[in-house]
Amino acid sequence: MSWRLWVPLFAFALFIGLAGYQLTQPKDEFVQSGMVGEKLPYFDLPPALEGKPGVASATFEDGKPRLLNIWASWCLPCIAEAPYLEELRREGVDIVGVAIRDRPEDVARFLAQHGDPYSRIGRDDLSEVQLAIGSSGVPETFVIDGKGVIRYQHIGDIRADDVPMLLQKLEDAR
Amino acid sequence: MIAELGLAALWLAAALAALQMLAGFLAVRGTGSSELAGLIRPAAIVQGLLVTLSFVALVWLFAITDLSVKLVAANSHSMKPLIFKLSGTWGNHEGSMLLWVMVMGLAGGLIALVERRLPERTMQATLAAQGLVSLGFYAFLLFSSNPFERLPIPAAQGMGLNPLLQDIGLAFHPPTLYLGYVGLSVAFSFAVGALLTRQVTPDFARAMRPWVLGAWVMLTIGITAGSYWAYYELGWGGWWFWDPVENASLMPWLAATALLHSASVLASRDALRTWTIMLGVVAFSMSMVGTFLVRSGILTSVHAFAVDPERGTFILVLLSLFIGGALLLFALRASTISEGERFALASREGALVFNNVMLSAILAIVLLGTLYPLLTEAFDVRVSVGPPYFNPVGAIFAIPMLLVMAVGPLLRWRQDRLERIRKETALFGALTLAGLVLFGLLADIAILPLLGLALGLGLAVASLMPLRRRRLARTPLATWGMVVAHFGIAVALIGMASESAFTSERLAAVDEGGSTTVGPWTIVLENVEPVAGPNWTALQARIAASYDGGTAYTLTPQARNFWAPAQQTTESALATRWNGQLYAVVGDRAPDGRWQLRLWWKPFVPLIWIGGMLVALGGVLALIGRVLTDVRHRRLATRISERRADRDALA
Repeated sequence: MSWRLWVPLFAFALFIGLAGYQLTQPKDEFVQSGMVGEKLPYFDLPPALEGKPGVASATFEDGKPRLLNIWASWCLPCIAEAPYLEELRREGVDIVGVAIRDRPEDVARFLAQHGDPYSRIGRDDLSEVQLAIGSSGVPETFVIDGKGVIRYQHIGDIRADDVPMLLQKLEDAR
Repeated sequence: MIAELGLAALWLAAALAALQMLAGFLAVRGTGSSELAGLIRPAAIVQGLLVTLSFVALVWLFAITDLSVKLVAANSHSMKPLIFKLSGTWGNHEGSMLLWVMVMGLAGGLIALVERRLPERTMQATLAAQGLVSLGFYAFLLFSSNPFERLPIPAAQGMGLNPLLQDIGLAFHPPTLYLGYVGLSVAFSFAVGALLTRQVTPDFARAMRPWVLGAWVMLTIGITAGSYWAYYELGWGGWWFWDPVENASLMPWLAATALLHSASVLASRDALRTWTIMLGVVAFSMSMVGTFLVRSGILTSVHAFAVDPERGTFILVLLSLFIGGALLLFALRASTISEGERFALASREGALVFNNVMLSAILAIVLLGTLYPLLTEAFDVRVSVGPPYFNPVGAIFAIPMLLVMAVGPLLRWRQDRLERIRKETALFGALTLAGLVLFGLLADIAILPLLGLALGLGLAVASLMPLRRRRLARTPLATWGMVVAHFGIAVALIGMASESAFTSERLAAVDEGGSTTVGPWTIVLENVEPVAGPNWTALQARIAASYDGGTAYTLTPQARNFWAPAQQTTESALATRWNGQLYAVVGDRAPDGRWQLRLWWKPFVPLIWIGGMLVALGGVLALIGRVLTDVRHRRLATRISERRADRDALA
C-alpha cells in the first residue's frame, strides 16, 4: 500500500478540521481600526450645525483627552446611544461629534429630539475623516488623548455598561 | 393540501433512497437476496418521480403565492412578476436544496433506466452510492430546512425577493450551476461504484463521460452567465472578482475539465485509471466544498444572501461523510487497481496528462487562495486574497497549459514524434511571437495581458488545425466539439486580455445637457427622469453616446429603488459594438446639481462570454456525438445478437 494514496484523505481531514473549528468560532463582524495607537491624521471639518464650531485635528492637541463620536442623524443605534453620551457629558467628558453624510436641518432635528452632548460637530459629507481614522460604520467612538493620539476604538452604540469603561479609558489617556 | 402532498412525496422519496442504498450495498457484498437486488433500479426511478412531484408542488405554491407556507411568505410577494415568483422557488436555501435533490433523483432514475453496459454489480454499487448521497440531502431538507413548513397564521403579505436576484439571467444561473454540481455527483457515484467493485474499465469511463460532459457544459454556462450577470448588474464594471463564491463555482469546473480529459484517455486507451477515479471524487468534493463555503457564510462574500451558519454545520457533516468516506475507500482500494496501459511522453496521452497536472495545479492554487483567509483567521489575522495573487500565480500554470493545448490535439495516441507536427508547431509559435512583438510595440500593456493576447491569437488558429486534411462532413461530432471548445478558450482569453489591457475609465460629474468623453466615445447626458417599473421606481439617465463622432447610441442607466423589500440597486446600461462595449452607470447627484456618471470603454470585452458560450457549445457537440455513438453501438449490438439468435435457431 502506498502512503501517497492517503495524502488526499489527510488534506481533506485538515480542511474539515479547519472549517469545523471556524464554524464553532463566534463570527466577529467588526473591523478594528489600524489607526489605534497612531496620531490623528490632519483634517479640518466645517461645522455641521450653525452656531457650533467644526472639528479639526488641532482640536485634540490641547492636552485634554476627549471622545470623538462618529454618528449620523439617519442612524438608529445613534438614537439608542444618545442617553449614554449625555451621561458621559454630565461626568464632565468633552465629546466631539462628526456627522457622517448628513444635512444641517436633520442634525438640528436629531439633537433637538435626543439631546446634544457635543461641544463641537464636524460635517463629513464624503466619509473622508471617518475612513482616514479607520472607522467602517456609525456609530463608533474613539478615545483621543491630549496629544491627538487614538487610544481606543469602540465599535457600535455605547451601552450602559460601556460608560464606566470609557471613563476609565479617558482616565488612562490622561 | 399541496404543501402536505409535496412533503409526503419528499418523505417517500427519502424512504426509497434508503431502500436503494441498503439493497445496493447488500447486493455488492453478496448478502442480499436477488429479489432485493431487483428493487434497486425501480427504486431509483420511482424516487426520481416522487421528488419531482415534490418540487412541482413547491413551484405551484410559489406560483399562487400561498402565504400560509413559511417559505413563500419569506421569499415571495404577490406583486412580483410571475417569472420571478417561479424563480423565487429556488432563489432561497430550502427551495434550492429541493431543486438539488430533484436533479439528483432524476439523474439516478435516468442511469437506472438506461445504463446497461457496466457489470450489474458495479451498477448496483453506483446506485447505492447515489442513494447514500441523496439520502444525506433528504435528511438535510426534512430535518433542518423543510420547504413546506406552514405558518400558524398565514402572512398578510410576503417579504419579497432580494432585488438583485430579480433578474432574468439570475433566474437561471443557480439552476444551471446546480445541474453541473449534481452531474458531478453522478460521476462521483460511478467512481465509488467502480472502486467498490474494482471495475475501473474503459466501459466505466464511457458510462461516466456523458455525465461529466453534461455537468461540465452546465458549469460552463453557469459560470459564464454568472460572470455576465455580475458584470452588468453589480455596476462595478468587472467581470471576475475572485470572490469566494465565484471560486466555488470555478473549482468544480477546473476539476471537471481535468476529469473530462482523463476520462477520455481511460475510455479510448485504458490508461490513467486511478487518476480518473481520484478526479471523479475531487470534482464532486469541489461542488460540495463550494456549496459549504457559500451556505455557511464562513468566508465573507458578495453572495451574503445565502448565508446560514447552522446549515453550514449540516453540510460540513455531509461533506465529511461522503468525501471522507470516498477518499478512505480510495486510499484502501486504489493500490489494488493496476495502472493500465503505458504511453510515451510525446503522445496525445502525454499532452493530456500534462494539462491534467496543470489544471490540478490551478485548482490547488484557487483552493488555497480561497481557503487562506480561513486559515489565517484561525490565528486572528484578517487577509483578503485577490487578483494580485490569483492572476500571476494562476498564469504560471495556465501559460504552459495553453502552449500544450495548442499542439496536443495534433499528436497521435500512445506514441508520436514531435517532428511530425513541426510545421503546425512552427505556425503556432510564429503567430504567438508576432502577437507579442506587435502588441508589445504598438501599445504599452502589462506582461500578463500581452501574453494573453498573443497566446489567444496563436491558440485561436492552432485550435482549428485538427480539422486540417479531414473531410469536414465526416469528422466526428466529438472532434468538432473539441475544436469548438478549444477555439472558445482562445476567444475568451483574447477578451480577458483585451479588457485588462485596453479598458478606459471615466468618473465625471455632468450637468444635464453637459458632455464628457471616454476612450473614443463622446457622451452627452441629455436628462435624468424618474421612471416606474412593476415593483420599483428609478431615476433614469438618458445618455447619447457617439463613437468617433458617428451616429449616437442611447443608453439609459438607472438608479433603482425597490420597495419590496426596500433596497437600492444600480442598473448599468451597455452599448455594444463589434469592437467592444460602452458601460455606463449613473450615481448620486452632487450638491451642485451635477450627476455622477461612471463610464467604461472596454474593447472586445464581449469575447469573454462569447468564448464561454463557444466552450459550452463544444461540450454540447461532444455530448451529442458521444450519445449518438452509444445509441448506434447499442443498436448494432442488439442486431448482432438477434442475428446470432436467428442463426442458432436455424442451426
